[in-house]
Amino acid sequence: MDRALLDRFKDPELSRGLVARIFKLSEELDGTRGRTPLNIMEVCGTHTVAIARSGLAGLLPESIRLISGPGCPVCVTANSSIDHVIAASRLPDVVLTTFGDMMRVPGSSTSLQERRAEGARVEVVYSPLDALELAARSPEQQYIFVAVGFETTTPLVAATIKRAASAGVDNFSVLSSQKRVAPALDALAHDPDVALDALILPGHVSTILGVAPYRFLAEQYGIPGVIAGFEPVDLLLALAELLEQLVQQRPRIEIAYGRAVHEHGNEQARAVIDEVFEVADATWRGLGPIPRSGHVLRREYARFDALQRFDIASRTEPTVEPRGCRCGDVLRGVITPGECSLFGTACTPVNPVGPCMVSGEGSCAAWYRYKLGA
Amino acid sequence: MAHGSGGTQMSSLIRDVFTSAYGNELLLTGDDAAVLEITALQEPGARLAFSTDSYVVTPHFFAGGDIGRLAVCGTVNDLATSGAQPLYLSLGFILEEGFELDSLRRITASIAAAAQEAGVRIVTGDTKVVERGKGDGIYINSSGVGLIAPGVALSGRSCLPGDTILLSGTLGDHGITIVSAREGLRFEAPVESDAAPLGELVQAVLAAAPRTRCFRDPTRGGLASTLNELAQQSHTCMLVDEDAVPVQDAVRGACDLLGYDLYHLANEGKMVAIVPPEQAEDALAALRHNRYGEEAAIIGTVTAADEQGLLHSPELPRTQELPRTAVARALVRTALGTLRIMDVLTGEQLPRIC
Repeated sequence: MDRALLDRFKDPELSRGLVARIFKLSEELDGTRGRTPLNIMEVCGTHTVAIARSGLAGLLPESIRLISGPGCPVCVTANSSIDHVIAASRLPDVVLTTFGDMMRVPGSSTSLQERRAEGARVEVVYSPLDALELAARSPEQQYIFVAVGFETTTPLVAATIKRAASAGVDNFSVLSSQKRVAPALDALAHDPDVALDALILPGHVSTILGVAPYRFLAEQYGIPGVIAGFEPVDLLLALAELLEQLVQQRPRIEIAYGRAVHEHGNEQARAVIDEVFEVADATWRGLGPIPRSGHVLRREYARFDALQRFDIASRTEPTVEPRGCRCGDVLRGVITPGECSLFGTACTPVNPVGPCMVSGEGSCAAWYRYKLGA
Repeated sequence: MAHGSGGTQMSSLIRDVFTSAYGNELLLTGDDAAVLEITALQEPGARLAFSTDSYVVTPHFFAGGDIGRLAVCGTVNDLATSGAQPLYLSLGFILEEGFELDSLRRITASIAAAAQEAGVRIVTGDTKVVERGKGDGIYINSSGVGLIAPGVALSGRSCLPGDTILLSGTLGDHGITIVSAREGLRFEAPVESDAAPLGELVQAVLAAAPRTRCFRDPTRGGLASTLNELAQQSHTCMLVDEDAVPVQDAVRGACDLLGYDLYHLANEGKMVAIVPPEQAEDALAALRHNRYGEEAAIIGTVTAADEQGLLHSPELPRTQELPRTAVARALVRTALGTLRIMDVLTGEQLPRIC
């Protein structure tokens, strides 16, 4: 996209106008609600980072409380799934391929980065297709791709598996803990500890999903949601629209990221997901087991499931949760990172205890790295 | 390429490749040590700067440079940051058996060109060949000496609140070039490494702004490491104006895409200068006059929190209360006018998932 156009989304003038509108709407809301803080959750980790980096929260009325949600793929990956990945790294003659953010995440006893230092073969790739290509080039080696992510990356993983099947690349498999965003939001919406007033909905994943999977939030729970882009103006616009909905008391799902997200999403990408994966229950860090919140390989493609191919579950160490770590509460928006007693003392980006401090998209890391007054 | 045990094959290698690329009368004496006569060093107050660094980058060749050019520019720039005029370099090579002789020729030719550009001479060197599998093709160590003129005394500890922070050009070009050139990455940005020798540029700034406090080259760890180190050394806050930092569109786009932080990206041809405010414009003019500083800019000011942790600065809309974690740090004033920490890179930058 044209840089000059993109720069408009950082434009301080536009931002000031939106901030003024947000203040006006927030005062109106204070009038009806009696100055109760408004809990507005940004679901996506990239939003969390964008908010922290732009210092945007410092521009908002005090009554608006921005809380981070379960939208950092690395962070919501359960410890047991990380332990599977570690177990896979111990298999003989296997090369693990992964997105970069998984490298430092500690499992029960170690991380991929430490495993690599110990001699395990772990390679960072930017796309599952790159992993498949590596496998095709060295047929004598087994290649496992660690598939972590939401519906943003699932279509790519699905397309890669289809290609592996048609090209007969039998030394390629996937260790998958792909997750679905909407069921996690459903879990949060009826979590008694989390009082959500409105949601800033993820931009990237919505390019695939469109609006429909979120409608239940407004219709069943009365929670407004706006799909937002990642520049300061995008986020302020989304906030202004959310407040507008709250003032009008007409909750609905809107798109404030029209340059990327279409109402119907990407039907083709969803079709590829459905062809290769089926919906299954999944366990999330912090949120626990959530029905229908994951994707597992369909039977026709089960031979690409590394978990089965290498019997990984039986080789996995018992899962131990990190002591004192409150990533789970941070991911549900129950506490802010600063409210965890380990934050900034026992847990820092150099010595992370939990995944929210490890991943660049994690809310604890974003707070630690950018936030003043944390 | 045979083993480097000092035999005849080895000396023919040296003759062939190294001397034909950058031989000079000092290198060609054939003695075990270079003997250097530096008359200017006899002047009272003149001092010698001495620096060393090793280069292990892969790929060995990338847009805008190669490992040889880096080996020259890196050490030249390290010397330059002390205010020294770089004079002589040594180069030590560790070659992996099987490393292409043609590649070595390309690298030595590039070293020769960079040395000429930098106005330095390569006066001594060494080569070892290690077994296949025990090296990454080629490693280069370079050491260098330079002359610091009487009266030049630069230190990061001298930065004072009110000083101006200057940057000699666009940020992140080298870092993004290396990321995009690295094998296995399909991302290609139309960017070139900025690797350049900055000895002359530093001398020009010193001539125009003699009260310059210090120079730093923001290499590994990027601007964030450089400014945070300076902040700690001088017990100040380095306040950078996000809008004022020169950056190429392609680099910014690549950062957005990969989730990289611009301030963490390595640079190999950029200089940060801290200058008292009354000499800032002269320093800027001197930078822009130099071929490697045409896009130089004033990017911020040195400031300091008071005893209560409050930061007062004319650059800020209101007094900011700094938490403990932000005292003696580099800070960024964002385009929105808000303030945030400029954090230091921990570990390596890793691309994100989505």
